[in-house]
Parts: sequence; C-alpha cells; structure tokens
Amino acid sequence: MARQLIKGNEAMAEAAVRAGLEAYFGYPITPQSEILEHLSRRLPELGRAFVQAESEVAAINMVYGAACTGARVMSSSSSPGVSLMMEGISYIAGTEVPCVLINVMRGGPGLGNIAPAQGDYFQAVYGGGHGDYKVIALAPSTVQEAIDLTVLSFDLAEKYRSIVMILADGSLGQMMEPAELPELRPVVRKEWDWAVTGAIGRPRRILSSIYLEPHDEEITNLRLLKRWFEIEQNEVRYKEYYLDDAEFVVVGFGTSGRVALSAVREARQMGLKVGLLRPVTVSPFPFAALDELSRRVQGFLVVEMNTGQMLNDVLLGVKGRVPVEFYGRPGGIVPFADDILAEIQRMVSSPLSVVSDPRKAWLERMLAVVR
Amino acid sequence: MATVDVEIVKPENQVYCRPRSFTDFSTHYCPGCTHGVAHRLIAEVLDEMGVQEKTIGVAPVGCSVFAYNYFDVDFVEAAHGRAPAMATGIKRVLPDRVVFTYQGDGDLASIGMSEIMHAAGRGENITVIFINNAIYGMTGGQMAPTTLPGQKTTSSPLGRDVELQGYPLRMSEMIAKMDGAGYVVRRSLHDPANIRKAKKAIRTAFETQVRGLGFSMVELLSTCPTNWGISPVEALKWVETNMVPVFPLGDFKVSSAVGDLRF
Repeated sequence: MARQLIKGNEAMAEAAVRAGLEAYFGYPITPQSEILEHLSRRLPELGRAFVQAESEVAAINMVYGAACTGARVMSSSSSPGVSLMMEGISYIAGTEVPCVLINVMRGGPGLGNIAPAQGDYFQAVYGGGHGDYKVIALAPSTVQEAIDLTVLSFDLAEKYRSIVMILADGSLGQMMEPAELPELRPVVRKEWDWAVTGAIGRPRRILSSIYLEPHDEEITNLRLLKRWFEIEQNEVRYKEYYLDDAEFVVVGFGTSGRVALSAVREARQMGLKVGLLRPVTVSPFPFAALDELSRRVQGFLVVEMNTGQMLNDVLLGVKGRVPVEFYGRPGGIVPFADDILAEIQRMVSSPLSVVSDPRKAWLERMLAVVR
Repeated sequence: MATVDVEIVKPENQVYCRPRSFTDFSTHYCPGCTHGVAHRLIAEVLDEMGVQEKTIGVAPVGCSVFAYNYFDVDFVEAAHGRAPAMATGIKRVLPDRVVFTYQGDGDLASIGMSEIMHAAGRGENITVIFINNAIYGMTGGQMAPTTLPGQKTTSSPLGRDVELQGYPLRMSEMIAKMDGAGYVVRRSLHDPANIRKAKKAIRTAFETQVRGLGFSMVELLSTCPTNWGISPVEALKWVETNMVPVFPLGDFKVSSAVGDLRF
C-alpha cells in the first residue's frame, strides 16, 4: 500500500477494519469522533456491525456482548467517556473475553477540555474499574505507529483473552501525517472453545464474571495474575533512542515521548549525552529496561502531559539508584521541544538528589512560571 | 425402596416432562416465586420452536442472576441493567441466533431504563422477558420503580408515598409508544388461565424475533411472597387484587406484521 496523508483517528479506525474488525459500538465525543464517523460508513459498506450507542455505558456493554461471541470488536472514546466505560471494562476483564478500546485522551478531570492530555495513565495502567485486573495498554506516538499498534492490539487481545487499550491523545487523533495502511484482511471467525455462539452440536457455554464462591473468585484472580505475568514476559515493547552512550535518559510515552525525541536530538547536537526511552507498552511497563539503564546512567527526566503518573513507574524501575526528575504539562498543553530541552540542560548542569520528590520540585518551578 | 412401576414411564403414557431447553437443576428461588413458572414457559417455547441450539440468553442482576443455570442454552451474564445492550452486541454479530434477555423490574425499569428504551427505539431484534414483582427481591425487598402506591418495602417502610417517592412506572405502555417495538404485551402468572396466555405471548415474542419483526417484550406480573411478607397463595391473590389494577393486562403494541403471524 502506498503512503497517504491520513488523520490519526481515521487511521486507527481504518487499521481496525483492515485487521478484521467485525463490530464497533461507540458514542460521539471530541477528540475521537472521527473514529465513530469513519466506521459508521465503512463497516456497513462491508456488511459488518456498527451501532452508535445511547451512551458509553451502553457501548461498552454492546462490546461485552459481541466479545462473548468471539468476534473482533472495538469501541473508542475520550477520557470522560472512558470513565463511563469502567463498569463494563471490569466485567469484560472478569469474564476474560477479548476486545480493543481506544482512548483519545483529553484534558481533565471532569469535563476538562478537548485538548491533548495524558491524564488517564493511572486509569489505564492501574485498572480504573473495580477488582483485580490489568489491561494491556499501548501508547502510539505517530500515526504510523497508531496504525501498527491497532492491528497488533487485536492479536494481543485474542492471544491473552484480554482488553487491549490504545492510549492515544487528542494531538495524535487529530493530526494528519503520511502513513501506510495494511491490506484489508478478510474476516476470519475463529472457533474459540470459550465463545458463546449458540450450542449447536456441542454442550452449552456460559460466560460470566460472577464467582459467588470466594474460593472460585480467588482462583480466578490468581489465573488473571498468572496470565498477566505471561504478558509481562512476552509483550513489553519500547523504543530506544541514543541510549548506547547516554549519561542521562528522558522517558516519555505517546505524544510527550515524541516531542521529547526532538528535544533529545537538539541536546545531542549541543554535545549532551542524552537518550530517550519511549515505552510503547505502558502496561506492561518496561521495568527491566529501566533497571538496566539505572545501573549505568546518572539521571532520568520523565516527561508527561499530566502531573506525574508514569513517573511512579519510572521511580519503581529505577529503585532510587539515580535521581529522577519530572517535567509535566497537564490540562491539555503539549510541551514544546525547547521546554524539554531546557529541562534536560537543567538536569545535566545542576546537582540532583535521589531523596527529593521530583513532583514537588517540578510544581514549585511550574508555579513560578504559570500564573 | 419403592418399586418403580415401569408401566407409567412408557413414552406413550408420558404427558409431562422437563423441557429439553431446561437443565436438571433445582432452582434457588423461594417457595411461591413465579420465576420458575416463567422459566419453564420460556423453555417450552424454545423447545416447541426448535431453536434451543440457536438461542443465547442474557441473564440480569437480581433474583434471576443465576437464570443461566436453568436453561440448557448458551448464556451470558450482564451487568445490572445492561442486558439489552449486551444482547444488542450479540445479535448484531450473530443475527441468525435467537437472543433474549430475562430481566426483573429493578434491572429493567430502574438502572437499565436507558438500555431498554434505546434497544426498543432501535427496533433491536431481540426478545425481552420482563419480570415485574413490584419490588427488589435479591437485595432484600427494597422499593422498585414499579412498587405500588402505599406498598410497604424495606426502603419505604411506611408505604410508598407518591408525594415523596413518585409513582410506579408502566414500562410496557412506555415502550409500546416506540416505532421500533413490534410486540409489547403484559401478562400475569397468578393463575393457570393467565399462565397459558403468558406462554402464548412468549411464543409470539420469540416468533417476532425469528421473523425479524423488531423488538419484542413480554412483561409478566409475578409474585415475591418472601419480600411481600405473605404466603404463596396470598401472593397470587395479591397480584390479581393489587397489581393488575395498576398494571393492566393487555396488548400494548402488536405491529400489523406481528398481528398477521400464524404459527
């Protein structure tokens, strides 16, 4: 396929279609509505299922039903809508059926705004819904990567009977970039041994997240955790830039990781030995990569479009070996590469301490600048 | 041990048996509860239509949360009130399957109001069996949207005061107003004559779905002797005396296509 100029939201939607998406259920919300709009035309044209639901609550429960049949199914939303989906997400996780969800994050909390943000990291990575479960969360930083990860997400969802969430943001959803879409794959309905499709020629099946006996629920929780450890073992993905001889490392995901790369390149031109670690799977998180880096570099700078969420995971991975600094732009602001470069320069030139809380120091610097 | 009289089990002598679509399972329902009757009617209808293997049920949250244990068909268990959304997801992917939800009044008329209304509005080609017993059973007898004026429950201990707690919702009448609804009726399970009418309605509802004639719902007035605090026999009378005047039995929507159905 030739490269074409394509918008992030439409690219993810079309990538899902070409990966064999059989059904989509969604509700309009900015800045992700182009996904819904694209699929409202595309899926019926291919004879596949599309429903604009009455709410995100209904949409996720439609996804839940369709997922129980073993079909490739997806929904998408943006932050406030994803909050509404949390009930269904917990049920889907508890029932162990696969689906793909796209969160094109915007500023929050509450109604917030429609500008790009990364404030839903905790929600995606640490659950969000009730009970013990994890979802696989993928963070693209370019339209091409959004396409590739959308295709991958269906395979991962089916392989692990898991929810896979694409953690994008309004910037990625709305930007147009040259990118290449995969070929249209035919829909192949797999014969899963768990799917509820009507008990034709086989004993009936029940799919449920209810385990009334605490013993059974405990076993279920342990099974989910065991599977999660398999996912951690097999599916950690990240990108490394200029890390071979790096003395300092910037860590950023999605759009902030992308902007940070520009800053790192500028720093390199200035002769600073700085590299970038960009987690592609923020869940499972690349702890081993951080562990290795923390043994040979002098410090880390975490850059996010929130008040420091992935920062916690970086601190866990670095284990206090070297200082970790933080630079965030919450509320719907995308940092400029120059801002990040200034933070890199400050980190490289000033003495750092592992005992200070990076978030508090950052807040003081921010309050002096932002009025 | 008693001697089994082999003569009476000859097939030609058998006049009553467990429907094929029923599992060999003792239900958890209280004595005098009509859930068991409603379940049996559905199972008989699935048998008579020969659709057991094509059927996928959606269980609710409430007393019938374990409905999936009693039907020998594929089943899923929905979140509270979301059964019509879940059924929509299944039906849209597997349009040739028979998909039904089984929901109580707390599930359907309270927390699931949005999902049921929009499923009907879309004309979603599913069948809904709606059990209305005017109370929350599973959680211990709290007031439901269908609780009668003056009815005592654990959360309306002085009786439902319509000035403070509003009026009972008549779901069938509301849903019947929607263009997407093909068949919406209310029946009662308080005596054998009404149970026979209920079965016919359930059959019509499933036929509506199988022939693609839109959303179908059968509301069944049902008993809850445990939470009403009366005996099973009194409960049947209570349905007739107190519920039927508030929730009149009848056909609220029978589209012309459904009206022409012959089976």
